[in-house]
Amino acid sequence: MAVLVFVEVGEGKVRKSSLEAVAYAHLMGGGVTAIALGTVAASELESLGKYGAQKVLHVSDSKLDQPVIQAYASVLAKAMQDENSDVLVLANSSLATPVGAKVAIKTNASFASNVVELPSTSSGFVVKRSIYTGKAFSLVEMKNQKKVIALKKNAAEAKEVGGSAQVVAYSVALNDADFATKITATEKASGDILLPEAEIVVSGGRGMKGPEHWGILEDLAKALHAATGCSKPVSDMNWRPHHEHVGQTGVKVAPQLYIAIGISGAIQHLAGVNSSKCIVVINKDPEAPFFKAADYGIVGDAFEVLPKLTEAVKSMK
Amino acid sequence: MKILVCISHVPDTTSKINFTDGGTKFDTNGVQFIIGPYDDYALARAIELKEATPGTIVTVLNVGLADTEPTIRKALAIGADDAIRVNSEPTDSFFVASQIAANAQGYDLILMGRESIDYNGGVVHAMVGELLGMPSLSPVMKLDIEGTKVKMSREIEGGKEQVEASLPLVAGCQEPIAEWKIPNMRGIMSARTKPLKVVEATSSDKTVVTKKFELPAPKGAVKMISADNVAELVTRLKTEAKVL
Ligand SMILES: Cc1cc2nc3c(=O)[nH]c(=O)nc-3n(C[C@H](O)[C@H](O)[C@H](O)COP(=O)(O)OP(=O)(O)OC[C@H]3O[C@@H](n4cnc5c(N)ncnc54)[C@H](O)[C@@H]3O)c2cc1C
Ligand SMILES: Nc1ncnc2c1ncn2[C@@H]1O[C@H](COP(=O)(O)O)[C@@H](O)[C@H]1O
Repeated sequence: MAVLVFVEVGEGKVRKSSLEAVAYAHLMGGGVTAIALGTVAASELESLGKYGAQKVLHVSDSKLDQPVIQAYASVLAKAMQDENSDVLVLANSSLATPVGAKVAIKTNASFASNVVELPSTSSGFVVKRSIYTGKAFSLVEMKNQKKVIALKKNAAEAKEVGGSAQVVAYSVALNDADFATKITATEKASGDILLPEAEIVVSGGRGMKGPEHWGILEDLAKALHAATGCSKPVSDMNWRPHHEHVGQTGVKVAPQLYIAIGISGAIQHLAGVNSSKCIVVINKDPEAPFFKAADYGIVGDAFEVLPKLTEAVKSMK
Repeated sequence: MKILVCISHVPDTTSKINFTDGGTKFDTNGVQFIIGPYDDYALARAIELKEATPGTIVTVLNVGLADTEPTIRKALAIGADDAIRVNSEPTDSFFVASQIAANAQGYDLILMGRESIDYNGGVVHAMVGELLGMPSLSPVMKLDIEGTKVKMSREIEGGKEQVEASLPLVAGCQEPIAEWKIPNMRGIMSARTKPLKVVEATSSDKTVVTKKFELPAPKGAVKMISADNVAELVTRLKTEAKVL
């Protein structure tokens, strides 16, 4: 089975989720070719070999430094053809998921997103998807000969397997239609750890009482190298930026550790965090529903517990 | 201008999810169905655009069986002018996208939600865009039309980007693109008589087939730690849970 993996690059670096995608493809067996678009150092791409890629196609066209979905889809569809790929693997993201969907149409492939495990091929090609915002799974058979699989975070561990990859220049002729959407500006929360990819998330709810109190939450996040998140009312009231809002109608996170402070645990919030490996809840109300979904709980006032917790984390290191 | 809003008919966000028949059927027992919350944003933005530009027609479309009609009527009550129901079970994103594309001729703007909260594909808009040869973008948090030009703001990981494109196009919407609208009495009355056209699916091609549903493994009991002993939490996270 020939597998092509779309590798997403951000600030000159391969995204961690893409390393997981390469590792996933490696575990599927067969040949793994990765493809990266835009400006990125050859050494960065060579290192994909460590995760199981044998070859990396690099499209260095600087027009692709901007993540234009249509153009990316055209390149990937062509690459699937040229490489005779049976499967395209990518990690769910605001770029990769729509690109994968378009490639599936262009190549007449079956498509599945939010895939959480390796495919089972004992009877047909069956993948497990997360559905109902993490409240359930479905096992779906991908019928077409070609397949496009978009992975949910943690579908595979980005483990080093110690190979080496050859980087090959690759190019595809693109036309105006590929650039019909123009990105005129990008605003990024600089220096922050990306919430959807974070290993640890520290999240605050209405119990934090106001934006002016976020300092103590950020101190804990910093000590843990964590991203910060929040509940919906918090971003609705503009205490925190919209892209930090976690839940059914916000970002879905799947970190190793999710720490919820002053969040009641409404079902819509839980839907965005139920794929976390370990959940810690800090709430002054012992009856808060979130405790039922937690691994560890502390009943207490956030304003007293948070500084102590930050100290404890610091002294552990 | 003609706007098509595609709505999914999904379990309310507070629903507990269960399956019957050995994990092959969704258990509708006690479940209330709603317009997908993101689709509600798409509809609200469409109504705003209609209010700003007289002569605009807003059509809602749903791919679903007859049980989705109350949901479609609700969209009409909110202010859509007419509706199309493609009489078929929405089994997978590609199938839904093909049915939408087959009924989307002549629309300048196709609005959807960023994702359905049942299937969570997050892709029907991208597929419809590809099938119709139109640009598509999601999740869109702001969408303004100036002539044939569309200015949008799209959420990306840890930030946002400003994007420009021309009509016709497809957008998957999310807040804060518009405020959800609640139907008023007049809307509810007039919705009963607004046209709801039922069409049959153009094909039955299924590229993926659901074999079975599963629920996540139940969570173990929470371990409570005293607020006077916060250091113990850190120790447990490190040695027991192994997440630090
Ligand atoms: C369609 C729909 C979609 C939704 N989507 C989402 C979503 O994606 N994400 C989301 O988060 N919500 C979502 N919601 C809202 C959700 O239902 C809840 O209203 C929301 O999650 C509550 O936020 P909260 O826990 O911060 O606030 P509250 O429910 O007000 O809870 C605050 C908590 O803080 C505790 N507290 C107060 N003071 C302290 C203190 N000093 N120290 C410690 N604890 C304290 C309280 O005991 C309480 O448990 C959605 C709702 C709807 C209807
Ligand atoms: N059965 C359906 N009928 C009409 N529109 C739908 C249907 N399913 C999904 N959509 C639209 O497509 C968007 C994305 O859905 P999905 O790709 O399933 O997450 C939704 O927010 C809806 O706007």
